[in-house]
Amino acid sequence: MALDKNQIAKRISQEVQNNYYVNLGIGIPTLVANYIPKGIDVEFQSENGVLGMGSFPYEGEEDPDVINAGKQTITTLPGASFFDSAMSFGMIRGQHVDLTILGAMEVAENGDIANWKIPGKMVKGMGGAMDLVASADNIIVAMMHVNKAGESKILKRCTLPLTGVGCVKKVVTELAVLEVTPKGFKLLERAPGVSVEQIIASTEATLIIEGEIPEMILA
Amino acid sequence: MSWRGTQQFFVIDLYNEELFPAPEAVNFEGFALLPKLKKDAMINKKVNNVQEALAGIENGMTLMLGGFGLCGIPENAIAELLKKQTHNLCCISNNAGVDDFGLGLLLQKKQIKKMISSYVGENDEFERQMLSGELEVELLPQGTLAERCRAAQTGIPAFFTPAGFGTEVAIGKETREFNGKMHVMELAFKADFAIVKAWKGDTAGNLIFKGTARNLNPCMAGAAKITIAEVEELVATGTLDPNQIHIPGIFVQRIFQGEKYEKRIEQRTTRKRA
Repeated sequence: MALDKNQIAKRISQEVQNNYYVNLGIGIPTLVANYIPKGIDVEFQSENGVLGMGSFPYEGEEDPDVINAGKQTITTLPGASFFDSAMSFGMIRGQHVDLTILGAMEVAENGDIANWKIPGKMVKGMGGAMDLVASADNIIVAMMHVNKAGESKILKRCTLPLTGVGCVKKVVTELAVLEVTPKGFKLLERAPGVSVEQIIASTEATLIIEGEIPEMILA
Repeated sequence: MSWRGTQQFFVIDLYNEELFPAPEAVNFEGFALLPKLKKDAMINKKVNNVQEALAGIENGMTLMLGGFGLCGIPENAIAELLKKQTHNLCCISNNAGVDDFGLGLLLQKKQIKKMISSYVGENDEFERQMLSGELEVELLPQGTLAERCRAAQTGIPAFFTPAGFGTEVAIGKETREFNGKMHVMELAFKADFAIVKAWKGDTAGNLIFKGTARNLNPCMAGAAKITIAEVEELVATGTLDPNQIHIPGIFVQRIFQGEKYEKRIEQRTTRKRA
């Protein structure tokens, strides 16, 4: 069974280590916050200028002056701080943020990522994504393996305008966990009940498959 | 005796007896030369209303506008620009509002010729004008946008950032390797007016922001020829704690209290009470 979005988030949450500062992108990455295991202390940074982001506010307690980068109303935890955009991206470019989790339209086996534009069709802009992918050492991409037409988004080379070059380290999809290596994507894990053959069929990029590929553990 | 050149007389006029001991008690020669210190003599930046604040903004000018989404945007100034029908504007702003609020209002009336932004989703009219070519758009990484403001504010003509290297953002820009990694050269912005929004301000132009409504506002203050600050609450000098000031008044030329703030929420997300 392919994973749903929450299960992708749950699998990614296992990559979050104690005392990490983490930046979560919009979409599936935001869900990761719901699955941080007990005993792991993390602080979430949102690039519009907050560190120590908490959960959504209770109804009636929304503050229009306290939002995340997805423009959603949020709360802050004790010890949180606010800062301006230049300082926020100073944290990001200065590599003070330990882990970046973001979505993508395409990733390639050389670590390139595309997620901000479909020429002539969709232009939303890169927001903070270009700064994040160019700066972070530790980038995990949360995405769907294939698009709605069934075409692979895990490619030899990206076809869409790039967000960053050679920067992705790990990809978690509804089918698999992939690691970007100098030789291409290495298949690390498969979704429960999904076969290696299924993953190969859904992947345009070259896959490095060594030995038995274990199933993800999502308990 | 020349301590601050042509500004010297000005400085003398500003010293306050309560903040500063009497001249004979001061050993430092330069300060001892200052005459009697005066109270309440901070430079007054207050203008009476948004009309006075926006005086001099003309068609075709380049404006910086603070805010992230609809959070911390100068609502009153935008409403006045709409009323004034100032057009052919180049706007530097992280986003372009939504269809019926923020800079989206000026887009609807075709008052904007060019937008320099990092993210323009959630605005159908913007996307339509951009894809049809009616609106010129320069999209930049958000950190680059912020830093180009800050560079203008702080007298740095250009800087190198890794953001955008190898992408279409870097086309036509100088690139250089530092510490084994490629970087793109980005220039400080040049703008006629910066319009920022703060929570509290005093008549000396000192600003305090609230929550994530801070965003690009502090980066834009002082980054244009003239900076206009609109605040929710304008107080007398001496009311704000100097330790709590986010932006010193030196970066602000005009300040006024906004008549009202709608503070629209773009994505109202909540959780249920247990």
